[in-house]
Parts: sequence; C-alpha cells; structure tokens
Amino acid sequence: MAVFGGIITFVGSIFLLLGALGIVRMPDVYNRMQAGTKATTLGILLFLAGIAIGHIECMCIFRILILILFIIFTNPISSHALARAAHHIGIPLTDKSVTDALAEDESEKEEAIS
Amino acid sequence: MADILYNTSAVLALIAIILAAWRLLKGPNVADRVVALDVMTIISISLIVYVASIAQRVIYLDVAMVYALISFIGVVAIARYLERGL
Amino acid sequence: MKIFKQGILLLLFLLLFWVLLTSIDSQELIAGGVIVILLTLVFSRKAAVFGDFQITFKSLIYSIAYIFVFLAALVRSNLDVAFRVLSPKLPINPGIVKVKTSLNSKTGRLVLANSITLTPGTLTVETKGDHFYIHWIDVSTQDVDLASQEIVSKFEKYLEVMFG
Repeated sequence: MAVFGGIITFVGSIFLLLGALGIVRMPDVYNRMQAGTKATTLGILLFLAGIAIGHIECMCIFRILILILFIIFTNPISSHALARAAHHIGIPLTDKSVTDALAEDESEKEEAIS
Repeated sequence: MADILYNTSAVLALIAIILAAWRLLKGPNVADRVVALDVMTIISISLIVYVASIAQRVIYLDVAMVYALISFIGVVAIARYLERGL
Repeated sequence: MKIFKQGILLLLFLLLFWVLLTSIDSQELIAGGVIVILLTLVFSRKAAVFGDFQITFKSLIYSIAYIFVFLAALVRSNLDVAFRVLSPKLPINPGIVKVKTSLNSKTGRLVLANSITLTPGTLTVETKGDHFYIHWIDVSTQDVDLASQEIVSKFEKYLEVMFG
C-alpha cells in the first residue's frame, strides 16, 4: 500500500516539475498560465492523494480530501482573474498568435463610442 | 522502497520550485511574476503536506490549508489591483 | 421557495465540510457547527450558490457522470501539456477565440468556465454576457459556432441538466 502511494506521489511530482518547466519555456504569459494551472492542478492532486494512501492509518485523509477539493476549485479561478487582468492592462500575446477576438471586440466598442 | 519514492518526489518538487523562482526573477512583466509565484505556492503546499507526513503531525495540514487560502486570496487581490486599482 | 431550497443545500454542503474538517468524535462539535452555519446562512442570504441546482434523479446521475468526464478531460489536458512542454520545437499556435454558451444560471457558467480552464489547451480569459473569450493554445478554427462546438458542447449537455 505504501509503495503504491509512493508511485502515485512520484507521478504527481513529475507533473509539478512539468508545470514549472512550462512556466520557464512558454513564450508569453497566457501560455505560461495554461501550463502552470493545468499541470500543477493534476500534480498536486496526485501528490496529496499518494501521501494520503501511503499514510492511511492516521485520520488525515479527510483533511487532505478537503485540501484537494479546495485547490481544484480555486486554482482555475485565480488563473482566470490573472489572465483577465493581464489582458486588461495590455500585456501582448506572443508573435506566434493567430487571432485575438477579445482585443478586436474591445477596439470595435471604443470606435462606436468615439 | 516507499520512503525512497516519497523523498525523490520531494526533491523533484524542490527542483520545480527552483525553476519557477527563475521565472520569478527574470519575468519580463508583473503578470509573469505573479504566475510564477502562484505555481511556487501550490508546489510548496505539497511540500508542507510531505513535511507533515514525515513529522507525523496532523496539525501541519491545517497550516497547508490556510496557506492555500491565503495564496488564492492574494492572487485574486493582485489581479483586482492590476485591473483597476484597489 | 427557491431561497429555502438554496439554504438547505448550502446547509448540507457546509455541514459535510465541517464534519470532514473536524473528525467526528463529539456531538457538541457538530451542534456548534450547525449553529454557526445557520448564522452564516442568515448573513449570506443573497449569495445564491446552489439556487439553480435542480434536485431530480436525472440531475444527480448527470452530476456523478460529470465528475468522471471532468477527470478524464483533466488527465488528457495534462498529457497534452506534457507533450507540448517536452517537445523541443514547442508546437503552439495560440490565439484568443470567442465562444457562445446557452447556459443561463450563474453557477452553471462558473462551473463551465472552470472546466474549460482545466481541459486541453484552453483558458477562459473574459466573460461578457453569453460569450466567453478563450485563450486556445492550438487554434483550429476562428468561427464562433465551430469553436463552441469543439470546446463548450461536451460539458454543456451535462450542465444544462444539472443547473437548468
């Protein structure tokens, strides 16, 4: 049982490492956010679940469950708020980008006002 | 065997924190730094839970929970501030 | 009527949270928790988190199915991110596209936006009325309807039953 938990924790830590690597390698803030949010969410889910499985004799499994649920709910919200703020203060997308529908719509609205 | 796996995972998480810290130092603008800080906080929550399992203290899990709460509120507050001031 | 349904659902949810947080070993703890939760409900009448949740058998089944759909999407998105980060050429084709949702309930939209953020290659940037603006790491279409078909529809059919 403990070895099984250890393997799950190991897989989770690999995802955490990939998330941090994505933060370093991606070209602009939105792509970094994609890599950071997704990889760390699954990574921490597996990491904490592995620790809970490995130490099933202590009564901490419910607390770890609450921690996992909390992180799954709040991580996307914080990244969404940050992406919105970044777009609002005008941090540009990378040069490889194909389209930016939000900026187009906002400039249309400004033209209609003026 | 299990101990080796757990310790290796903790070392990998530590390397991930160092990578994110590099982005925190280098990041061209403020949003990059906040993303890096967010990822660092999430990874350190997992390390806190690892320390709790090593030290056999259930109370450390509460520390991890409060840390998650404060990191969420902090990131949302910074995003609000960037958007239109507090 | 709606406010009673919402209050009872929120009470049960918070009570479950409280019981998980403190291990179940004394009735005093649970009684104190119930009192505090009732006070909280009085002070937060307007925060209708569960107000739109439909209590039917079908919606319960769909909620459970939704969890598995969501977890499968989460795992696939992580493998996707791992592939993109590890390949040396960094195969990305990013852009912000606009999609349309047909959900009316606010909670439903919140869950939808969160699910979009955690599924392969998409991140919700902004919501305006019926439209979501989504950062897509591999843009294959810029048309609103086609993009909605590809990103939104797989979750929407579950959430429509759950939240009406």
